[in-house]
Amino acid sequence: MMETAHNELSQLLSQISGYIYPNEIEVHWSILIVVYPYLTGLVAGAFILASLVKVFNITELKPTYRLSLITALSFLLIAPLPLLLHLGHPLRSFEIFLTPNLSSAMAMFGFVYAWYLMVVLLLEIWFDYRVDMINFAKTAKFPMNWFYKVISLFSTDTSPHAIAIDKKVIKFITIIGIPSAFILHGYVGFIFGSIKANPWWSSVLIPIVFLFSAIVSGIALILLLYMIITPSRGIPIDMKCLDKIASFLLYAVIIDFSLEILDFIHRLYESEESIKILTEMVMNKLFISLVVLQVLIGMIVPLSILIIIKLTGFNQELRKLLYFLSAILIQIGIFSTRWNVVLGGQMFSKSLRGLTTYKLEIMGIEGFLSALVLLILPFFILALLIKILPPWKKTEELPI
Amino acid sequence: MKRKQFLSFTGKILFLFSTGGIFGSLLKGSKIQSYIDEHPQVVRYALGIQIDKCIGCGNCVVACKIENDVPKDPFYFRTWVERYIIKKNDQVIVQCNEGGAGKLSQDIQEREILRSFFVPKLCNHCDNPPCAQVCPVGATFQTDEGIVLVDSERCIGCSYCIQACPYGARYMHPETHTADKCTLCYHRIKEGKLPACVEVCPTQARVFGDIESKASPLTRLKRMNKIHVLKPELNTEPKVFYTDLDGEVK
Amino acid sequence: MNKIPDSIIRIAICFAALLVLVIIARVIIIPAELTDSDIYLASAIEREMAHELSYAGSETCTDCHDEYFEMKAEGYHKKLSCEVCHGAGLAHSTEPDEFTPSAPRDRKFCPVCHTYNPSRPTGFPQINPYAHNPLSPCISCHNPHDPTPPETPSECSACHANIARTLAVSPHVRLECVTCHVTPEEHKSQPRRFRAEKPENREFCSQCHAKGSESLNAPKIDVATHGNNGEKYLCWQCHYPHLPEVD
Repeated sequence: MMETAHNELSQLLSQISGYIYPNEIEVHWSILIVVYPYLTGLVAGAFILASLVKVFNITELKPTYRLSLITALSFLLIAPLPLLLHLGHPLRSFEIFLTPNLSSAMAMFGFVYAWYLMVVLLLEIWFDYRVDMINFAKTAKFPMNWFYKVISLFSTDTSPHAIAIDKKVIKFITIIGIPSAFILHGYVGFIFGSIKANPWWSSVLIPIVFLFSAIVSGIALILLLYMIITPSRGIPIDMKCLDKIASFLLYAVIIDFSLEILDFIHRLYESEESIKILTEMVMNKLFISLVVLQVLIGMIVPLSILIIIKLTGFNQELRKLLYFLSAILIQIGIFSTRWNVVLGGQMFSKSLRGLTTYKLEIMGIEGFLSALVLLILPFFILALLIKILPPWKKTEELPI
Repeated sequence: MKRKQFLSFTGKILFLFSTGGIFGSLLKGSKIQSYIDEHPQVVRYALGIQIDKCIGCGNCVVACKIENDVPKDPFYFRTWVERYIIKKNDQVIVQCNEGGAGKLSQDIQEREILRSFFVPKLCNHCDNPPCAQVCPVGATFQTDEGIVLVDSERCIGCSYCIQACPYGARYMHPETHTADKCTLCYHRIKEGKLPACVEVCPTQARVFGDIESKASPLTRLKRMNKIHVLKPELNTEPKVFYTDLDGEVK
Repeated sequence: MNKIPDSIIRIAICFAALLVLVIIARVIIIPAELTDSDIYLASAIEREMAHELSYAGSETCTDCHDEYFEMKAEGYHKKLSCEVCHGAGLAHSTEPDEFTPSAPRDRKFCPVCHTYNPSRPTGFPQINPYAHNPLSPCISCHNPHDPTPPETPSECSACHANIARTLAVSPHVRLECVTCHVTPEEHKSQPRRFRAEKPENREFCSQCHAKGSESLNAPKIDVATHGNNGEKYLCWQCHYPHLPEVD
């Protein structure tokens, strides 16, 4: 174990340019720490899309409401895994609950996660599906009927009055859910943004940029899922819904892009001490992941496509194709954004005199395959949830 | 009769005063003692480094690794020595071969050099430590003497403190998977000994002392030299005080 | 309509049960050592203090070896701790017969400090380990506990190696150090107490560099008007005499 670590680090020695502090040769926050904000970003973004239906009454998005909720849940359940895999002592992670250091943003993780999972997401899903769960409890076979009885908490009231109460509660939960989603993902941005030692991270804008890129990626994910699942159910895609999703996607991308341009201009204008090494890092180590993937392919191309569609209005089939393409490019772009923030911050030395390299292993607990599995797992959970808690009504009697 | 009365009166007064005085001083003495017990003298340890004395021999790096069981690989250092060469064309070269314990390169010509010197570095035991601020479980903390320590049984290995340290003083220990760094040889200084790096410095470039004390080598160093700390703009309040520190040292 | 809805009651019961479990776990089940910061910080400090020492500190060595301490006390190595050369010595001080400290008796150890390097401060004695009495162990001429050299160095380069090497590639290579630096003899044995001098007027350099001087190769200038502000600066305040360069 020590041998392989020694060999890996020795290989990095030849990749250093300039001068780095001797302890900086090891990159501590690996691809797993890139995956984590990507996952929670999707959670926050999907939830925001759902909240547009309940709080702002954007009725065109109704077909995606439940899908957004259970997508958020699938990704939220997997989100702690990359963190646990990355810790040196994952079995001690309960200490975050017992003795949280109140000045540490990372200590918030346990509480914010628990709050969001229990009080926002699970609660909202429960109230929205309550009547359905009661009906499934009646119609399902053993053992599933008992399963539905338990998760509906043995509730039986399906009167219009109870349903009205459900709707009120959902609205209330969504209202507190929006700032909760902001905090769930925003605190991750704050974890980076509050590190004064690191000029790549230390910025007021990072929590905001994280949040808006999360919204972008979440909306794009729901767009993709909606476009894939609906035809597989044999139902035509509701173009009003799709166009609405794409509209909100466009607005979110515009805001996100503006924020990133603002950060870029601000850095160049102020031209602080770190500008030389950061420029060198961007042009040498991060050129493909930042200039090509994040900005060009992940932001400018989809933005242009969405604007063109908005202005000229193509036919239905072309729109579907372009939306799909844009959403995929956006996912690549937002993942690259996370990569550039996390790894960019570690590839230059705090002496501002040198650059090091991150070598992504294929195997290993923090390797490429591990990250891939973590990214795919939520979809399996989503498939399971779609089976247990179908997002779309099957009969006329069940309300959405 | 009058003299007798006078003498006896004076004697009584004297007796009263003396016993009162003895009694009072005994009482005061015990009051002082209990005050001392309740208010132990504040001690704050710090380190001074005199750049113009450092010869870059690397003894401190080697001794630290021996004393503190630091992994021998050149990727983990509790202290290291940087070599700065500022050339006449304003180019700055910084070298750190095996933390400063390795061979010094001889390939720079004297005629190109404007200034050159060695800078030992270590954990600064900041009084406003950003590492302690960000630790999610409170595993890294500052003792009453001003030393910042890591509780390796509490640390969960998240590396947040390593990211937060502006000086690159921390590393992840490859065997314990917890954060590790210079402790100013806490186990030595509590026994009245010097930290290992100070002990083996051949030119006394490293000066250990108590900055609360009115008479310590460190207090004299702070009086007789212009003092600089690393990255003062970050307000970490570091307690490693450099004399003769060049502006090119980051 | 004051009745709380049934669904909300069920949810509230769930949360209440969870809360009770959490409270029981936190207050009753989990021991104080894990949560009370006074306890666990104190135990962390204890564990830190319990680390074993390797170095004894030179005051420990003097308990048995004070004759070496006295020998060292007046010499150039008086500030050098014993363990710099002899290695970590705590094991030896507790079990003198079991552990013997090493003593460098070859040429490998002394050059760690004394090899010439341009980054080392001027005045620190430095040698070229390949050229300086090759193959002889250092201790054959220098007693490490009182390393006064067997002969007083005749060349200034023994302690000022960087300056000497810089001078060696400069136009001033033919100048002896003492030509410009009047040096008392005591400087060689007490360098900090008796210092060498620098020229204090422009006339000194004019001996070679003024127009009309007899020196053949030195570049000539009009001393009265040369340089900004004429007479204000001494020559070496602009020109580095060990490697004088002009634009």
